[in-house]
Amino acid sequence: MDVRAPRDEPTALEGAPTVNLTLRIWRQRGPEDRGAMVTYDLPDVSPDMSFLEMLDVLNERLILEGEDPVAFDHDCREGICGACGVVINGQAHGPRDRTTTCQLHMRSFNDGDVIDVEPWRAGAFPVVRDLVVDRSSFDRIIGAGGYISVVTGSAPEAHSTPVPKPVADAAFDNATCIGCGACVAACPNGSSMLFTSAKVTHLNLLPQGAPERETRVRNMVEAMDAEGFGGCTNTGECTVACPKGIPLTSIGNLNREYLRAVTRR
Amino acid sequence: MAVTGAVMLLYLLAHMLGNLKIFFGRESFDEYAHWLRSIGVPALHGAWLLWIMRALLLAAVVLHAASAYQLSRRDLRARPQKYSHRQRLEASYAVNTMRYGGIIIGLFIIYHLLDFTALTLNRNGVEGAAYDNVVSSFSVWWVTLFYIIAMLALGLHIHHGFWSAARTLGVHSAAREKNLKAVATVLAVLLSAGFMVVPIAVLAGLVD
Amino acid sequence: MPETTSLGSGGGSYWTVGDDIVDTAAPDGPIETRWDRRKFAAKLVNPANRRRHTVIVVGTGLAGGAAGATLAEQGYKVIQFCFQDSPRRAHSIAAQGGINAAKNYRNDGDSVYRLFYDTVKGGDFRARESNVYRLAQISTQIIDQCVAQGVPFAREYSGLLDTRSFGGVQVQRTFYARGQTGQQLLIGAYQALSRQIDAGGVEIHPRTEMLDLIVIDGRARGIVARDLVTGKITPYLADAVVLATGGYGNVFFLSTNAKGSNTTATWRAHRRGALFANPCYTQIHPTCIPRSGEYQGKLTLMSESLRNDGRIWVPKQKGDTRSPDQIPEAERDYYLERIYPAFGNLVPRDIASRAAKYQCDDGRGVGPGGLGVYLDFADAIKRMGEDKVREKYGNLFEMYERITGEDPYKVPMRIYPAVHYTMGGLWVDYDLQSSIPGMFVIGEANFSDHGANRLGASALMQGLADGYFVLPPMIGNYIASTKLGSVSLDDPTVTSVVGEVTGRLGRLLEINGDRTPDSFHRELGELIWDECGMGRTEAGLRKALARIPELREEFWRRVKVPGDSGELNQSLEKANRIADFLEFGELLCIDALHRAESCGGHFREESQTPDGEALRDDERFAYAAAWEYTGGAPVLHREPLQFDYVHLAQRNYS
Repeated sequence: MDVRAPRDEPTALEGAPTVNLTLRIWRQRGPEDRGAMVTYDLPDVSPDMSFLEMLDVLNERLILEGEDPVAFDHDCREGICGACGVVINGQAHGPRDRTTTCQLHMRSFNDGDVIDVEPWRAGAFPVVRDLVVDRSSFDRIIGAGGYISVVTGSAPEAHSTPVPKPVADAAFDNATCIGCGACVAACPNGSSMLFTSAKVTHLNLLPQGAPERETRVRNMVEAMDAEGFGGCTNTGECTVACPKGIPLTSIGNLNREYLRAVTRR
Repeated sequence: MAVTGAVMLLYLLAHMLGNLKIFFGRESFDEYAHWLRSIGVPALHGAWLLWIMRALLLAAVVLHAASAYQLSRRDLRARPQKYSHRQRLEASYAVNTMRYGGIIIGLFIIYHLLDFTALTLNRNGVEGAAYDNVVSSFSVWWVTLFYIIAMLALGLHIHHGFWSAARTLGVHSAAREKNLKAVATVLAVLLSAGFMVVPIAVLAGLVD
Repeated sequence: MPETTSLGSGGGSYWTVGDDIVDTAAPDGPIETRWDRRKFAAKLVNPANRRRHTVIVVGTGLAGGAAGATLAEQGYKVIQFCFQDSPRRAHSIAAQGGINAAKNYRNDGDSVYRLFYDTVKGGDFRARESNVYRLAQISTQIIDQCVAQGVPFAREYSGLLDTRSFGGVQVQRTFYARGQTGQQLLIGAYQALSRQIDAGGVEIHPRTEMLDLIVIDGRARGIVARDLVTGKITPYLADAVVLATGGYGNVFFLSTNAKGSNTTATWRAHRRGALFANPCYTQIHPTCIPRSGEYQGKLTLMSESLRNDGRIWVPKQKGDTRSPDQIPEAERDYYLERIYPAFGNLVPRDIASRAAKYQCDDGRGVGPGGLGVYLDFADAIKRMGEDKVREKYGNLFEMYERITGEDPYKVPMRIYPAVHYTMGGLWVDYDLQSSIPGMFVIGEANFSDHGANRLGASALMQGLADGYFVLPPMIGNYIASTKLGSVSLDDPTVTSVVGEVTGRLGRLLEINGDRTPDSFHRELGELIWDECGMGRTEAGLRKALARIPELREEFWRRVKVPGDSGELNQSLEKANRIADFLEFGELLCIDALHRAESCGGHFREESQTPDGEALRDDERFAYAAAWEYTGGAPVLHREPLQFDYVHLAQRNYS
């Protein structure tokens, strides 16, 4: 058979410096499989690769060796879709602040490093395969109340309700959540308070969100509890791991909105 | 947890201030101990108010512990599979020791009640002779050590517990949170130090 | 095996010409009232009957998300699909700049007519006037809708909405939400959709990919989809099918699209009879971060606003490897300022992109592989001070630093053009219905509104206009005016399509060759980028057209797909998408070859002015090219374009 030298072996450009790494990656074939950490030696990694490109390179090599590549979620690779996310050496999205896994580059690591790569671990995020988890619990929390009900076409003129700039900015800060789940992965309790509080704060701050203010927070908190997330003990790990820097004060706000809603029932 | 914690915190403040009366001498301290048993008289009979307070506190402790137990169970369920690589936690020591600290404090309370309230474990053990009871207990180095460890745990517990409670009760402005953190630190230091001076003074021979 | 069919054998004609087509749905008369009249003429479905009608929506981006939410709200039963793990991840989320709307809040002379005019002109006179006018009309309603949903647009201290000018337009009509407008609009649509999912109006299938279209009695009646987790292949039936599956930019392998973006849904529909229009209109963005090595899987865009203050240059000397600070001023070529003194660094996207390519082709490119030019802020820092520059561009500089590890305050940025958006797509009529009755196509997946070139901040506008406002009444009209027989899952067509899909996946797994799927994708992408990228020539396109069938043949002989089809198998997903790109790439090149003119995002080297400007040939090419799939050479159907309101004119930037 005509076997060309595989032009597909992606490498750094000639002459560029590379590092050698040892990866220990969680491999789990399916939800029922027990799973285990598996070690891979990965030589010649360019520091300019992103973490996911490094996994791409590993996978290319695994495929050619006849092994199953490592499954991981990813899509936009520019830190906005929220699809990617793994725990790297015990840190959700790895060592760099405010950086998703796809935006983390290998120059954050050194030659000879051993890197442990694990999926988000939470009962409410069951492992689908390897590093892929099921985060549909987040979608159900949003479905329970994370919206403002507007029938298409029925909206009033946009300028009919001015929103003070500080309010709009604060709402925006909370609206930047990408739903990646790092907060849950980092929380020692597996709590999704930061995620839920970001949406409640975003919508409850705005005048447009006022009519559904109480039902929104009640239903979302109920949904969150029903999904089996842990409770919040205000450790602050979520904020540290959050690639968008959603502040811990949002959790205070969620509590306040919730107390307000249950006392007005 | 926030509400019961707040109740206990208020009690601890009063308790700590009362303890310091020991520096005014035996008579003053014993008199204070006696007064505690008769507040509310004559509106209330004898030690009724004391018993009401005790009931309230007991309820607070039990509810606080029960919620902590429930929360812990829920949290453990929320992460059935632990990370292989130990999680790198960014939070302070106080945050990460809430559970252990709580258990230490709980055990201490039991011992403390047997020592100074029920007097079962007190070496002096004379009802009404509060001053002597205190001195006799803290003259033993390991009792004092246990006391100090418990008070350090208490300080840490309050340090995180105070503003965590504030957030649970809905504080959500960054500026107010900063102030509350400062208050938490002051309260934590004040309470642990305030409680600790008594046994240290006894052991050092300043109170005898 | 159809996958290995070679088009245009023997170097002869790559296509044949069929009958012209007309958009029979488009109303005529005064352009201002066409949409109103079309809506009034549309038949309605009784609200009580709507829940008896099922609509399939594939994709959950701005167009799909908005459509699913709105159709469910109106009472239709919606079955919706996305290949991502959540509808919130669709790639609309990555749009940065903003969304245009003719609100005229600035009182700076904007109007529906001006937005219409700018869009037709910006599209280089290759879009339908009726469609563009409708888009401009609807633009204002979109802003109202999104604000009511809680989309946190930027606001002034007055509390009113802020706008800015974007993409060289003279009016400030672009609404924005920091640099994350796409994210905020998408989350708005996602929340509306989530509400309908919770209420039971939408049956959502995340991690489920459409792999084929079911056409029965000439009408689209369903799709065949694969559950990406279990691998189960299931047919879904409906009264109408809506494709909102985005563009085909990933045929270039490297683009600013998400890794998962693909053309499988549209290409499979094309193979089932839907015409594919204007695939050669691809938009290339000049300010992307260059690739750093072979392993690179995707390119990242940086806002074009950087060109307002940055100066673009390359070393005058070929193959100069000195670091930029070692290159004295006299040995630098600020080529845009030199060639286009009037516009300098602010020439339009396509001109800036091509100029960078020429410099690099000429051996003056910088950075890894010589594929980059400098974008230098040294002068800006000297002029405004570092603080001012930080205030204006801080977040972009941070992003650049994160990806390249270089500090742009000290070292000039390196930029290179990358594929960003595709204007072509499935042909649709004014109702957004494809040439297969019952199949509608919305958003970037269709070809309808941008002509040969899309204006900045218009993609979000079109996606939401289609999804919220245009599609729903037209779906109603289709359902109300069509006698749809009942179909069952036992229908022989359903069984046979399921069989074809299963068979194809099985074949991919059986090859067990010696090359990875990505290696083919990378090779195809490089070929298309070289020969059908920024500058296209007849010789280059013929070369690509000779190579693509070979590559496709090699793919079906040598690809290695591990695992099996009954589980989450990301290699299989990839290989299946690449197989379609390998077919689609050929049509892309054929369209580029046939259109022997330059217009918008399609630049034929043979057709340029003496200044190197794109030269249109309106005599021969003022039409939309709609291609029919035959299995062999495709058939070209021309839809002539008429310009009654905006008069044909050549643009000029020199």
